[in-house]
Amino acid sequence: MSLEVMLNAAGLAFVVAGSRWQQADGQVMFMFILAMAAAEVAVGLALVMQIYRRFKSLDVDELSEMRG
Amino acid sequence: MLSWLWLIPALPFASATLLMLSGSRFSRKAVTAVGVGSIGLSALVTALVAYSFLSSGPAGSSYTQVLWTWINVGGFQPQIGLYLDALSLVMVLVVTWVGFLIHIYSAEFMIEDPGYSRFFAYMNLFVASMITLLLGNNLLLLLLGWEGVGLCSYLLIGFWYRDPANGHAARKAFIVTRVGDSAMMLALFLLFTSLGTLQIQDLMQRASQHWQSGSTLAVAAALLLLGGAVGKSAQLPLQVWLPDAMAGPTPTSALIHAATMVTAGVYLIARTHVLFSLAPAAQLAVGVVGAATLLLAGFSALTQHDIKRVLAYSTVSQIGYMFLALGVGAWQAAMFHFLTHAFFKALLFLGAGVIINALDDEHSIFKMGGLRREMPVAFWTFLIGACALAGLPFITSGFFSKDLIIWQTWSAEGGHPAFWIAGMLGALLTALYTFRLIFRVFFGPLGMPVTKRPGYAMTIPLMILAFLAVVGGYLKEPLLSFLHSALPATTEAHAGLLTETRSEAIAGVLFLIGLYFAFVFHLQKRNLADVLVATPVGHALQQWWFAGWGFDWLYDQVFVKPYTWLSNVNKDDFVDAFYTALAWVSDLAYRWLSSTETGRVRWYAAGMAAGSVLFIAMVLFL
Amino acid sequence: MELTFYIAGGIAVVSTVIMLTRLNLVHALLYLIVSLLAVAVDFFVLGAPFAAALEAIVYAGAIMVLFLFVVMMLNIGKHGAETEREWLTPGIWTGPVTLASILIIEVAYLARGGSAPLSTSALGPKEVGIALFGPYIIGVELASMLMLAGLVGAYHLGYRKAEKPEIQHDADTHEGRADTSGDLVLAGADRATRTT
Repeated sequence: MSLEVMLNAAGLAFVVAGSRWQQADGQVMFMFILAMAAAEVAVGLALVMQIYRRFKSLDVDELSEMRG
Repeated sequence: MLSWLWLIPALPFASATLLMLSGSRFSRKAVTAVGVGSIGLSALVTALVAYSFLSSGPAGSSYTQVLWTWINVGGFQPQIGLYLDALSLVMVLVVTWVGFLIHIYSAEFMIEDPGYSRFFAYMNLFVASMITLLLGNNLLLLLLGWEGVGLCSYLLIGFWYRDPANGHAARKAFIVTRVGDSAMMLALFLLFTSLGTLQIQDLMQRASQHWQSGSTLAVAAALLLLGGAVGKSAQLPLQVWLPDAMAGPTPTSALIHAATMVTAGVYLIARTHVLFSLAPAAQLAVGVVGAATLLLAGFSALTQHDIKRVLAYSTVSQIGYMFLALGVGAWQAAMFHFLTHAFFKALLFLGAGVIINALDDEHSIFKMGGLRREMPVAFWTFLIGACALAGLPFITSGFFSKDLIIWQTWSAEGGHPAFWIAGMLGALLTALYTFRLIFRVFFGPLGMPVTKRPGYAMTIPLMILAFLAVVGGYLKEPLLSFLHSALPATTEAHAGLLTETRSEAIAGVLFLIGLYFAFVFHLQKRNLADVLVATPVGHALQQWWFAGWGFDWLYDQVFVKPYTWLSNVNKDDFVDAFYTALAWVSDLAYRWLSSTETGRVRWYAAGMAAGSVLFIAMVLFL
Repeated sequence: MELTFYIAGGIAVVSTVIMLTRLNLVHALLYLIVSLLAVAVDFFVLGAPFAAALEAIVYAGAIMVLFLFVVMMLNIGKHGAETEREWLTPGIWTGPVTLASILIIEVAYLARGGSAPLSTSALGPKEVGIALFGPYIIGVELASMLMLAGLVGAYHLGYRKAEKPEIQHDADTHEGRADTSGDLVLAGADRATRTT
């Protein structure tokens, strides 16, 4: 969710910039960010579901199988 | 045929290389053919070259054959060049022919040894290096041969490497001669920087032009060369390695440590005689070293048990005679003694080898006895060799050469009565220890039964060498006049009341006195020797002389112990601390870095965040 | 018009902060939706009506609904709230807050410079469309590929073998974790064994 906030903030900055310089490019960038956020949310939430299935918990510290 | 000169060292080099690379795959016969045959061929070529040299005699009485330029740097251009004159011809003849006889002998002596091909490879390499040493026309090539013979000596002393004592003896020999070699290299540096060349003949010429007699540079160079010579020839103070070098096989002792390598020092001084003539102080030092060594070794030989050690000390003593001769300026006498010594000392060593082999590897003379009837050939040849060594008047060659030296220590310009007395005393000692050896080994009751008899390959060289030991004396006049072309004649200064014949007579009397005392102590009343040794003075002297006048102990205290103490103290080398610190730092860094690999996702996410902050800061502010 | 901008911005910030401190996931999501809608208003005020519409429809409408789906599927429940309380300690959020503050300062440093007046002409869908089909055509293609990748990935990750289609109710396993597989409609997942 925090990621969404951050992406949103960046998009806001882009739109403001586009408005400042009276170009449509700002909104175009915002649209790309939106598209990317959507894709990322989909994949990310699928991952979360997988993690929950395997580790039976959403505690990120449980995911330490990468420990050498 | 003089142009075949290069074959003389090349043939043994080639056979040594062949044997080293693939000798273990050859059969015994093949190894013998290659190993002994190459020396035989080399001896043959030497004979042909000698014939050509003597009959047609090149202009200037020397022949140089330059093969190629070795190094060309700045003003320094030593060549691979061979220089043949009377001096080197005599020595090369001895090395190749006596070497050939010894190789034939060792074909039978070493037949059962598993390292057969290795042995011949090393022996051939040795002969090749020795010939390079003798024929080299510049000091650098001589040094190459010098180092080569040192290497082969090390390899052959430690030939039976599985016994650590042999390795110890080999290392001792190498390190002690290294001390001498360092002195010699310093001499080469000195000579090159002051005179600009290392070509021997040019060097001698320039030295006599630029340096005054007695100049410090000449004395320094000559003393340093003397340092090198005493190392290789086992004279005072570097004589400690030769008795221990008897750990090697007997043919090695015969070839290297009796006839040839140990005379390399004598050759060096004879070759650079101009330098020594320019430095009388150094020449006197040569004589003093020779005189002191011959006495020291003579006394030590009187107390040894091991038959080979007696002969080793005897070698040290006889080379002392050669040094003594060089020291008083009796150049040709020294070379004459070298020739006869090569014959009878090789003979004695080969005979000792026969005895050791026959008695199943027994070395102690006190366990031997009565071999006169059991091994007649060995007895008679050994006796001839011993008489030559002790100087039996008129019949043996040793008499002529030794007495020439002793006479010239009195009469030559550099001579001194003290040297004459030392020489005479040495002759008495020689007779004493030689006949002690003969009476203990060959006379008296049978000590040990004979298990093996020598074959023809061992007895024929003995007989040839015995023949040479007898007739070699008659070569005196022709040899001396032949060597005249290479070495200056000895100027006779004062005779006084002594003439040559009178000096020879005194030497003959001393021979008989030595023979008599040896007879008494070692055959007639053997317990008398034990009584003498049992007295406190006698016992102390015996122990002291047995240990070679304590030089081993002295060197151990002065050099070896401080060095090992220092290495122990420096065990955790402070210089190493720098390198271990490097390793320790990397280890630390490794631990830190590997601790970042936690596998926890939050840690990685935090890492990314921190990294991005850092990057943006860098972009903004740097 | 500027007043509207600042009010909407204020609502967005406050709503986001409240979202961060909620213990109940669904509450947090609702506050996030409020924040997004506030930002949409901001867009409208800035003269980007198309962006505002997109923000409301796609972001608040589609993406947040997806979040809600997953949250309700996982059904953390009361245990979730307790664990959140445990986790939301200062020790946890001090680090990220510090880093974020540094970033904000950097951004502020970057953004210093003259500001222009707010009221400008609106850039409607027409201008955006022209830009999209003109210079940014490549971006559009790439975005579509990205969507495809996301689609395939999400499908693959969410796939499960349907061996046992019935809903399972296991014995309670209250180990201080969230409820295990009992509440989840997972039949014959990729694990051969199920913890009990």
